[in-house]
Amino acid sequence: MLHEITFNVNGEPYTVAVKSQHTLLDVLREKLGITSPKRGCENGECGACTVLLDGKPVNSCMVLAVEAAGHEIETVEGLARDGELHPLQKAFIEHNAVQCGFCTPGVLMSAKGLLDENPHPNVDEIKHALAGNLCRCTGYVRIVDAVLDVAGNGQ
Amino acid sequence: MTTQTSNPVGKSVPRVDAYDKVTGAAQYVDDMQFGPGLYYGKLVHSPYAHALIKKIDASKALALPGVKAVVTGEDTPHPIGLYMKDRYIFARDRVRYVGEPVAGVVATTAEIAEQAAKLVEVEYEELEPVFDPYEAVQPGAPLIHPDMADYEWPNFIFPEPGTNISEHFKLRKGNVEEAWPKCAAIVEETFRLPQIQHVPIETHVAIARWDLSGEVTLWSPSQSPFAQRDLVSQSLNISHGNMRVISPYVGGGFGGKAGISIEANVVAMARAVKGHPVKMRMTREEEFVCTNVRQSLNAHTKIGCDAEGHVLAMETRYYFGGGGYNDYGVNIARASGYSCTGPYHIPNVKGDSYCLYTNTPIGSAMRGFGMPEIHWGIEQIMDRLADEIGMDPAEFRRINCVKTGDTILTGMKMPAVDLVQCIDKVTAAIKWDKKEPASAPHKRRGKGLAIMWKAPAMPPNPGSSAIVRFNEDATVNVYIGAQELGQGAFTVAAQMAAQALGVPYEWVRVSANPVDTKYSPYEWQTVASRITWSTGNAVRAAALNARQQVLDIVAKHWDEDPEDLDIKNGVVISYKSEREQPLKNMVIYGLPNENFEGWQGGPIIGTGKFMPTYVTNLDPETGQGARAVVHYTVGAQAVDLEVDTETGQVEILKIASAYDVGKAINPDLVLTQIEGGAVHGMSSAFEGMFFDEQGRLKNPSLVDYKIATTLDAPREIHGDIVETPLEDGPWGARGVGEHVMVQTAPAIANALYNSVGVRFNDLPLSSEKIYLALHRDEE
Repeated sequence: MLHEITFNVNGEPYTVAVKSQHTLLDVLREKLGITSPKRGCENGECGACTVLLDGKPVNSCMVLAVEAAGHEIETVEGLARDGELHPLQKAFIEHNAVQCGFCTPGVLMSAKGLLDENPHPNVDEIKHALAGNLCRCTGYVRIVDAVLDVAGNGQ
Repeated sequence: MTTQTSNPVGKSVPRVDAYDKVTGAAQYVDDMQFGPGLYYGKLVHSPYAHALIKKIDASKALALPGVKAVVTGEDTPHPIGLYMKDRYIFARDRVRYVGEPVAGVVATTAEIAEQAAKLVEVEYEELEPVFDPYEAVQPGAPLIHPDMADYEWPNFIFPEPGTNISEHFKLRKGNVEEAWPKCAAIVEETFRLPQIQHVPIETHVAIARWDLSGEVTLWSPSQSPFAQRDLVSQSLNISHGNMRVISPYVGGGFGGKAGISIEANVVAMARAVKGHPVKMRMTREEEFVCTNVRQSLNAHTKIGCDAEGHVLAMETRYYFGGGGYNDYGVNIARASGYSCTGPYHIPNVKGDSYCLYTNTPIGSAMRGFGMPEIHWGIEQIMDRLADEIGMDPAEFRRINCVKTGDTILTGMKMPAVDLVQCIDKVTAAIKWDKKEPASAPHKRRGKGLAIMWKAPAMPPNPGSSAIVRFNEDATVNVYIGAQELGQGAFTVAAQMAAQALGVPYEWVRVSANPVDTKYSPYEWQTVASRITWSTGNAVRAAALNARQQVLDIVAKHWDEDPEDLDIKNGVVISYKSEREQPLKNMVIYGLPNENFEGWQGGPIIGTGKFMPTYVTNLDPETGQGARAVVHYTVGAQAVDLEVDTETGQVEILKIASAYDVGKAINPDLVLTQIEGGAVHGMSSAFEGMFFDEQGRLKNPSLVDYKIATTLDAPREIHGDIVETPLEDGPWGARGVGEHVMVQTAPAIANALYNSVGVRFNDLPLSSEKIYLALHRDEE
């Protein structure tokens, strides 16, 4: 069965017809061509598909598309404003917090979700906020450094 | 473009791929859009570890509306494999592990393909399986490849048809029997490591299209686009000229995307629906059971030393559980054979390294390529020997580790390295001599050390090539066929091209995303930590070639000797006449002769290649030869940890690493490899794939197979870089990407012993195992 839903992605309104079983991740990737949220496990375990739903980080593979109706979604595509990178994006580049890059969009959105709520987190708060985002490359060191830097708590 | 970085080699310039990756612009295979004509593929997997296929009936699947084709082993009669051609793209006659592809369904939607895959009826006759490599090597073990004698393999691999042995590497040096009586201490132990998985966050995915013209295109996230082209072309009888592999950014490789796994299946499926692209993405469960894994190992190792701490002899037998097919795994056993001593100078060695067929998922390349597995036992025994003769383990290693010019176990001279300095660096960083208190009364603190070596393990002659091309504004495009896996290959290629050309780093673009076998220069594979070294040499050669072309043109224009000219910051200068000529425009349009009476030059394109020419095969009975490998990278790690005696939980407080990279082309990228590798190595000590009695994986998900998260990673990871130049490395550089996790697990084991006095010979180090060992006496 198809449902017509309307929601905002990065401030732009979209109206799409979705099936009951479609996830938010399916719709973002396959219907809207917004591919920064990645498929890593489709089971809510890896965090590669993390987006913000009304400002809160969610695994978009675990949210049914129909549940997103009427809500605000943010992805990495919406982070940069007027050609200017978001401070988190700049910090990730400066700290070499990126390697293969597949987890990076999800990590950035979890970090943004954290900073929007708590602008000055400490190391433990950052580690807990990012504990659901698996990264096999970086060992997380630079990721935590980058978020700390933006939080104004860098060494 | 305001920043102008001249002479960028040795500077920590920003990554060339970072901007794309933080903005979501970086495209991975699953992100590619193919429109409504795209079909979807789904595999039918074997439910049995070892069975004969009696019959496959696809009629019900084919009857489902939307199903376009079902492909089976009947359609793929030619074997495939990188070293050992021992498997078929789809199983024929026999299956050898649970998860093996038996058929592939193509349908108009992913849902229909999945539904149809369940409708393919396969009749099996079960055979007795064997899972453990030590059981597989015993006489009378179930024979997994009865037709082995008919397979093809290269002449440096030594399988034993009629057994499950796909490779037997023998190393004989000195006389161990005469050495044992001279030893003051001897330790002999058996170590076991389970299979583990790479767990790239991007699972395997491939898209293939077989055009009616006969051109075939494969899109895959691959460490080996050219090797995939070669293997698919051979197996499916396609001209290399008609087979094109396109590989954009890889979302984590670690060896799992080296060689070939499901990509050939997708091409065979696309052949059945010519003109339509077919896409197949592995679920996380399929990624565990149906792509590559790190092999299991049973190691029986005996090492002895004299009272002064000199290691005199080593005897070892390595039994690698290679899985149902050992197309890549045979070379892991070989590498573990010619490096079987670890980074030690030992006068008497008897080593036997076997790769065994087992009825488990396919063992293949994983970061370290056999070295993490063999160092697990070696590095614990070295600690115990030091302990037995009352010597500090760090000092014991300083005495015995390989040094420049040593005649190593295969007879080759050890190229210049400084492992002692690596040991000194990590022991200083970890405060080796200081016993530090635990953070609570029920916790125990301990420190451990381990060292390593690893050579690029590959055929003797893997080649690299590169092209350097100028644009009108003197910006430069560097073409390579090496892949960016996150390790920074593109960035160091840009740095090396800029350095060799004499232009600022910011002028260089790396044209390798995607790697496209139709347009990219040849590269064997992005494996073996060989890219900085091998591709680096090719890039340097291409840049020097382009530079020379420029100098020759300007020399003619000025009527000077090219020897007196140089390129600095993108300007040709004459040391003799002090004239200057910017590169802009002249690199495309050339330069006029005096009074415009004719012109010199034309568009500048530099080419370069590199292939090692000096590696020799080794004697099949002794493993001796003039030059076993191109070089070794060495390093040391020290770990500081705490064990909670009430839960068995281990907390890694700090890891200190030092590696001799020859020359750090980009020091900060070396450090990011060191940090990421330390956590990968740490995680690997706690990971394991567990199978039931039928050979079915019990933990094929990220719920049950845990990898390190932010909460597990130590906050403090210290990295040191040692630079002893490599003779044939670009600016002296050698690789480090794999080495960074080789010795982490034994360093943790040694620290565990230091903290609680218990040794563990088997991985993984689960909290349960540690708790039970600590409380054994209470039961």
